[in-house]
Amino acid sequence: MPQLTCKNLTLGYEGKTVISGLTFTVNAGDYLCIVGENGSGKSTLMKTILKLKTPMSGQVILGDGLTSSEIGYLPQQTVVQKDFPASVREVVRSGCLNRCGFRPYYNKAEKQMAEENMEKLGIEQIAKHCYRELSGGQQQRTLLARALCAAGKIILLDEPAAGLDPKAAVDMYALIEKLNAEGITIVMISHDIDAAVKYATHILHIGAQKVLFSGTTKDYVQSEAGHIYASGGSQK
Amino acid sequence: MTEIIEKLILYFQYPFVRYALIVGILIALCSSLLGVTLVLKRFSFIGDGLSHVAFGATAIAVAMNLTNNFILVLPVTIISAILLLRTGQNTKIKGDAAIAMISVGALAVGYLIMNMFAKSANLAGDVCTTLFGAMAILTLDDGTRIWIGEYPIPMKVFMCAVLSLLVIAVFMIFYHKIFAVTFDEDFSTATGIRASVYNLMLAVIIAVVIVLAMTLVGALLISALVIFPALSAMRVFKNFKAVTICSVIVSVVCAVFGIFLSILVATPVGSTIVVVNIIGFLIFSFAGFVRRGFSG
Repeated sequence: MPQLTCKNLTLGYEGKTVISGLTFTVNAGDYLCIVGENGSGKSTLMKTILKLKTPMSGQVILGDGLTSSEIGYLPQQTVVQKDFPASVREVVRSGCLNRCGFRPYYNKAEKQMAEENMEKLGIEQIAKHCYRELSGGQQQRTLLARALCAAGKIILLDEPAAGLDPKAAVDMYALIEKLNAEGITIVMISHDIDAAVKYATHILHIGAQKVLFSGTTKDYVQSEAGHIYASGGSQK
Repeated sequence: MTEIIEKLILYFQYPFVRYALIVGILIALCSSLLGVTLVLKRFSFIGDGLSHVAFGATAIAVAMNLTNNFILVLPVTIISAILLLRTGQNTKIKGDAAIAMISVGALAVGYLIMNMFAKSANLAGDVCTTLFGAMAILTLDDGTRIWIGEYPIPMKVFMCAVLSLLVIAVFMIFYHKIFAVTFDEDFSTATGIRASVYNLMLAVIIAVVIVLAMTLVGALLISALVIFPALSAMRVFKNFKAVTICSVIVSVVCAVFGIFLSILVATPVGSTIVVVNIIGFLIFSFAGFVRRGFSG
């Protein structure tokens, strides 16, 4: 059974449809990349999967033992975070909060988990540093570590390489690939079609209010939608 | 110097001065706790707007001749806080406009009601006290008493103490959740933290803090008590815990200093405390500047 099934979703806001007929599945261990133009509904789709938004029609079904609190999320940065006085450790630990329930403070296991995830992403040396003073790549790693604390099975990433310099972006993709190799399902929004084709196992291409392509990367490269990108990628 | 100490000792023989100090410290403590969250969530002006609502409610309480105006002011302010935070999210009138509208409206209505119904001979004095806080710390005591064992505690002092201890307790219990919701609301919601519930809780706490602080510094100066300590602390410290602890310390120190100063030079308590806070902010800004200078 797939971990995530989207069935005939219609998304939009304020009564306007952005995309309809959205149907796809994500299996455990998949690396799905969602590509499409600005405004095609990529972020809305992700927020719908996370239950931050309700779809206009259709369903998001979780399966394979996945519950909604086991989905990790790497959002785009917000304005608030730009001058937020928080240490890396504080931010990463906040990912454990959904395990706490009504317990007001973190227990040993949760603190340990935060440390392990910081180590995994190579940010343990900067644990005490202030989040707002880090480089873009370090900030993304911090948020990724937090997402890992929140969920060990599936992670949704919203443009993880946006605003990073080329080297940091490559590092970021390598890190995500490593996590995927360890068995974590990845669902990623990206503008970067080259990276999508290079790393993802599956591609979902949306645009013009419908699904242009949904399937494996291998098929995508051969497909019509894929050709738009391959031939110069003028349609960003 | 001995003269100053003698004067202070003389004053502190009166119970009402001691009460004023205790209440001042408690209010300073709980108002600074939420400062960081409010500043970071861009909610600074909500505090200001709410304080005007509290002023309007106080005017109504005065007109109704309520001895304990908390009974009216607190619920009205809490409801306004909840409404304001709701409108911030999704309505036709955008957040800041809604705040401006409510705050100015409440101010006008409050003054109007005070003028029409107040029986006091000294109307200007009453308005001034509600806006800028007590002229001297004496006015914290309104005559009503609550008996704890054999000690008569002024009602207002008792209410202030209970409410501020409540705010502090709630903040400590939900510290990590408040942090998470402030830092990233979407992430919190996505991973199963009920962010909307915590936002609601924040709104209620803000309202309580504002009503409390109004007794100390008056409606117009409350924001200073909430925001200055947080901004001072954020100049120098770089993690949430340190900023929170520092802003509490700054706030309490400034309040104590301000109260002493107002006794010694006979100035209004509220504005004296705020001025001390401003000086504190300047010192911290300088310290932050120096610190950054050294670390490159």
